[in-house]
Amino acid sequence: MPQVTFIEPSGNEVQIDVTNGWSLMQAATSNGVEGMEAECGGSCACATCHCYVEDHQDKLSPAAETELEMLENVASERRPNSRLACQIKMSNELAGMVVRLPATQV
Amino acid sequence: MNPPIVIIGAGQAGLQVAESLRAEGWAEDIVLLGDEQHPPYHRPPLSKAYLLGEASAEQLTMRGPDALARKNITLRTGIQIQNIDRLNKTLHFSHGSSLPYHLLAIATGARPRQLPLPGGDVQGVHSLRTLDDCLRIGIELETAERVVVIGGGFIGLEFAAVARKKGKQVTVIEAGDRLMARAVSPFISDWYTRLHAGHGVKLCFNTVISTVDAKNGHVSSISLTDGTSHAADLVVLGIGVIANDGLAAESGLAVDRGVVVDACGRTADPAVFACGDCTATRQAGQGLRRLESVQNAVEQGKAVAAAMLGKEKPFVATPWFWSDQYDAKLQMVGTSSDFDTQVIRGEPDEGKFSVFYFRLGRLIGIDSINRPQDHMLGRKLLDRGLSPTQQQVTDEAFALNSLLA
Repeated sequence: MPQVTFIEPSGNEVQIDVTNGWSLMQAATSNGVEGMEAECGGSCACATCHCYVEDHQDKLSPAAETELEMLENVASERRPNSRLACQIKMSNELAGMVVRLPATQV
Repeated sequence: MNPPIVIIGAGQAGLQVAESLRAEGWAEDIVLLGDEQHPPYHRPPLSKAYLLGEASAEQLTMRGPDALARKNITLRTGIQIQNIDRLNKTLHFSHGSSLPYHLLAIATGARPRQLPLPGGDVQGVHSLRTLDDCLRIGIELETAERVVVIGGGFIGLEFAAVARKKGKQVTVIEAGDRLMARAVSPFISDWYTRLHAGHGVKLCFNTVISTVDAKNGHVSSISLTDGTSHAADLVVLGIGVIANDGLAAESGLAVDRGVVVDACGRTADPAVFACGDCTATRQAGQGLRRLESVQNAVEQGKAVAAAMLGKEKPFVATPWFWSDQYDAKLQMVGTSSDFDTQVIRGEPDEGKFSVFYFRLGRLIGIDSINRPQDHMLGRKLLDRGLSPTQQQVTDEAFALNSLLA
């Protein structure tokens, strides 16, 4: 299973094996990664699974319009590598990626 | 050793209390009691991604057992509570054992309203609330051809959209004269009527079910008070929920269509708190407010955890909701129930617009369809008591976020 490293707001790093097809949000929340609220459960309706994708960006499908609009209103600073974790589906290509969680989601 | 903080209910609100207690620094025991067999899971995707087959039950898990164990939160599933003995600060379980508590949070949620009819319990008639409900519905949906949905609210319409996407013949029965009447304005209701009709859903308004007709114990059709009859292999009920306030009421706590709490989730008993769908919140000078939403569960959950530790973190944010039907993302913030003026921003005909509601010249709510930026901005505006002018809303060239600066 491809592995993803989540960097929690504290700086703590958590490695998680993620099933292909699962979203990064699903992997992080079910494993209790700190810094991921994901209130809406993956509907792209709340912008509380904001993350910074530290690498592998070229392998991601680009954000859809809805995601881009939600990203305009995230609680922490929006950066060029900001994404919503519920919209990133795991695949072998993304193995080894590193995702940083922001200081706050609300 | 002190008895633990005990939380009845392992849904969105209960889990939030447990995790917020840890975030607030509570280091002693926390016990989370769930009546379902599953660890806490996201309910909103049930009527959408789950039934469409886009997410599995495992993918809906909010926190797995390992994640809870790492936070030293003891999860016990399949627990039915007999009663709350507030005098002795003890819970009694239906299977006989008991559990003392130091502080108690009631997060028992709500249950679907059932058909007040004989025949409502035949096979093929389902409520849509829990993962187990949806396991059953999902199996029957595979072979069903004719689906009848009772109730034109969020749950019923989300399910209707799923069933249409799966190629089923779908009829929606709504007792009132428009869709989602409790939550949105007539303009939005009418837009959704066209959306569903355009997708081939048959909509029946101003009529209610009179009988459920069955063959060999399984639903075969339903008859309505307007005299029509509709063949059905599968009937899904979306006629609202009732707060699970029975345990609280039997223990002598005040209930009024929900466990009565203040903005911090406190009851009259200093050791007992409540949050989420099971509550009715007392508001200064405005009577009781009942919200059934993820936001309410999360925010009240945080408020309860803080209040348990003697801190004031009242839930005061503007209420918001969402609903996904087909490709239309509906996001609502504030209220549209008593507006005097509505102003449209965007293009309803293109399925991308918001309706801004004003009363006495001030913004009171926004319903957005595929315009998430209006919704997110509206949350900030309403939370801060800011209002655009009606002209600013109409003018697409005007950047509404400049009002936040």
